[in-house]
Amino acid sequence: MKRMRKTQVRLRKQRQAVKVSGAERLANYLEVYTQLRARRRDREPVWMQQLREDAWERFSAKGFPTTHDEDWRFTNIASLERIPFRRAEKIDAAVLVKELEAVCLDEAACRLVFVNGHFAPELSDVGTLPEGLEWCALNRAVDCGLEACAPGGIEQHLGRYADLRRDVFAALNTALWEDGAYLRIRRSAAIKQPVHVVYVSAGAGEPIMTHPRTLVVAEEQSQAAVVEDYVSIGEEAGFSNAVTELVAGEGATVSHFLVERENLAAFNVSTLRIEQARAANVASHSILTGGGLVRNNVHPVLSGEGAECLINGLFIGAGHQHLDNYMLVEHARPQGSSRQFYNGILSGHARGVFHGRIIVHKDAQKTDAKQTNRNLLLSDAARIDTKPQLEIHADDVKCTHGATIGQIEEEQLFYLRSRGFPEGEARKLLLYAFAAECLDRMKEPAARGFAEKLIQQRLGELALTKDSTQNDAQPEEETQNWEEVG
Amino acid sequence: MALLEIQNLHASVDGHEILKGVNLTVNAGEVHSIMGPNGSGKSTLAQVLARREAYQVTGGSVRYDGKDLLEMSPEEAACEGVFMAFQYPVEVPGISNAYFLRSAMNAVRKFHGQDELDAMDFLPLYKEKMQLLEMDEKFMNRSVNEGFSGGEKKRNEILQLAMLEPKLAILDETDSGLDIDALRIVAQGVNAMRSKDRAFLVITHYQRLLNYIKPDFVHVLVDGQIARSGGPELALELEERGYGWAETDEQVQPA
Repeated sequence: MKRMRKTQVRLRKQRQAVKVSGAERLANYLEVYTQLRARRRDREPVWMQQLREDAWERFSAKGFPTTHDEDWRFTNIASLERIPFRRAEKIDAAVLVKELEAVCLDEAACRLVFVNGHFAPELSDVGTLPEGLEWCALNRAVDCGLEACAPGGIEQHLGRYADLRRDVFAALNTALWEDGAYLRIRRSAAIKQPVHVVYVSAGAGEPIMTHPRTLVVAEEQSQAAVVEDYVSIGEEAGFSNAVTELVAGEGATVSHFLVERENLAAFNVSTLRIEQARAANVASHSILTGGGLVRNNVHPVLSGEGAECLINGLFIGAGHQHLDNYMLVEHARPQGSSRQFYNGILSGHARGVFHGRIIVHKDAQKTDAKQTNRNLLLSDAARIDTKPQLEIHADDVKCTHGATIGQIEEEQLFYLRSRGFPEGEARKLLLYAFAAECLDRMKEPAARGFAEKLIQQRLGELALTKDSTQNDAQPEEETQNWEEVG
Repeated sequence: MALLEIQNLHASVDGHEILKGVNLTVNAGEVHSIMGPNGSGKSTLAQVLARREAYQVTGGSVRYDGKDLLEMSPEEAACEGVFMAFQYPVEVPGISNAYFLRSAMNAVRKFHGQDELDAMDFLPLYKEKMQLLEMDEKFMNRSVNEGFSGGEKKRNEILQLAMLEPKLAILDETDSGLDIDALRIVAQGVNAMRSKDRAFLVITHYQRLLNYIKPDFVHVLVDGQIARSGGPELALELEERGYGWAETDEQVQPA
């Protein structure tokens, strides 16, 4: 009884403490915003200033989401709020040359590296670009304001797609972004090798935040692949809050790869907003192996007739990692097709979320949407929440979905061992086979090879550390029914 | 010294005793057939020898090649030359047959401190053995057993056997679900592997397979014990008179 009272007192104290630091925290974000505005006021065009202002208002009015918010039901970001992240100053990035070499993608068309939110030319490689590929640091592109930068000017694209009303993280990014990559692929250009964009968080002695902003404009009939890669150097906690807007013009074929491999203390919230014109074909591949708390938003809008979208992902979590995937596919025009395939592998106390929402608008007749989420839980303490959600406003559509949860099958494990594979190797091979489904959907050899290496490495770590909470039960499969809305 | 020496082996699954004192001695170069009605413990015996953990040994001993087999993990047993062709070969989506088999061979080679085989060493051998089992080369790149017919799966098991060259090969009801053609091909693969250094344990419910693979010895397993042992003629007699005969006989002259 006595002990209980003590606990209650302690809880009350904690709650007060959180409240106080809560006020300070908002002040921190406000401080960064105010300084940024003062610093950039003379350089930035009015439209950008207005965009930032609106976004900031949106963020400060709405604040961070809680688990009462339906879109955040399975992900509690209280721990993110508790840390007073600071803006990172520009550091001498040359000291990171060695570390960076280890993360390079061989055979990239070019490499753009940003360290703690600032462009690092000494680490980048933009020597000779293939014809039809143009790049610029985004803040420079915005400031110079040349019409030539993008068809119709950059203000036609930047901030026009990301949903600032619904997504406060996207609003926060829009208010606070300082730099990022701007890529333009000219009409009918086919860029064979992937563009590697690396966002590095390097220890700054205190928890830092960055708000990387990426804009990719792929014009009509162009073809390209972009690898967006989040890396940390050192073990310090960082907060990366990224927004990427990808515009695929008529008939363009674009692949986007998100690689999240930051350290296990990192917070990473990323939003990929894809805008697809008529017959554009876009693939989004997400490979999440790192990060402590990760929220991966992918939001394609098929705004042109006959657009095709592939959303492919693999998330691998161990320890106390929390990997949340929020997919929102919007079919706005007829004859569109979307395919979502997400595979999750979770061990230890890791937790995964797959939230797959499909909206078929009134005009989007003959839509063909499919969604599959498969999960392997390697321990009793690992957990997955999978939630398909369908919202149909058209009457002639085809939508299917499936979700499964299972374990490594004892039958398969024994089969491999009976042929001589050591147990750890057998586990690794089976995990790899599960992951390979996602690799097989990647069409660019260089990017695929890169992803494969990362996955092999992570699975090796996972398979060889024997989990104390190993689950020996027989595999079971569960499926969930659509939750119909609207 | 016998290759395999099973003495008074008792084993249970989920607390039910299935093997109730099996005695069996197999020498290198011999082919032994274990026959018996459903539920008599044939497959349990195979699984125990392949070291499946769900099958608990509650008594007795198994010496294999001078070592205690019951001390070995499945992979150790495999590397020491024990191979079981599965009654129900397992599908492993996402791993190609060629990769699987080469990795398995290399796991065994590594265990013995030998150099790994590269693709150049492996492929010609693999293709040769595929021909022996009348399998199309396109199977190489298909996932292990995925979408294979029953016959293809069993042929794939024998193909693995032919590549891994075990000392003790256990065929667990390899004939079940096979048509005559597939049966002939499987038997052809097995017969090509017969040698003075290798022993076979052919587990089957029916005599049919033994028309193609001639055993040196036939044992009848009834209720977890070997009730009768004899030459190939025992299989024919069983076929004619049924397992009921072996069971009643067991009561007259216990093994």
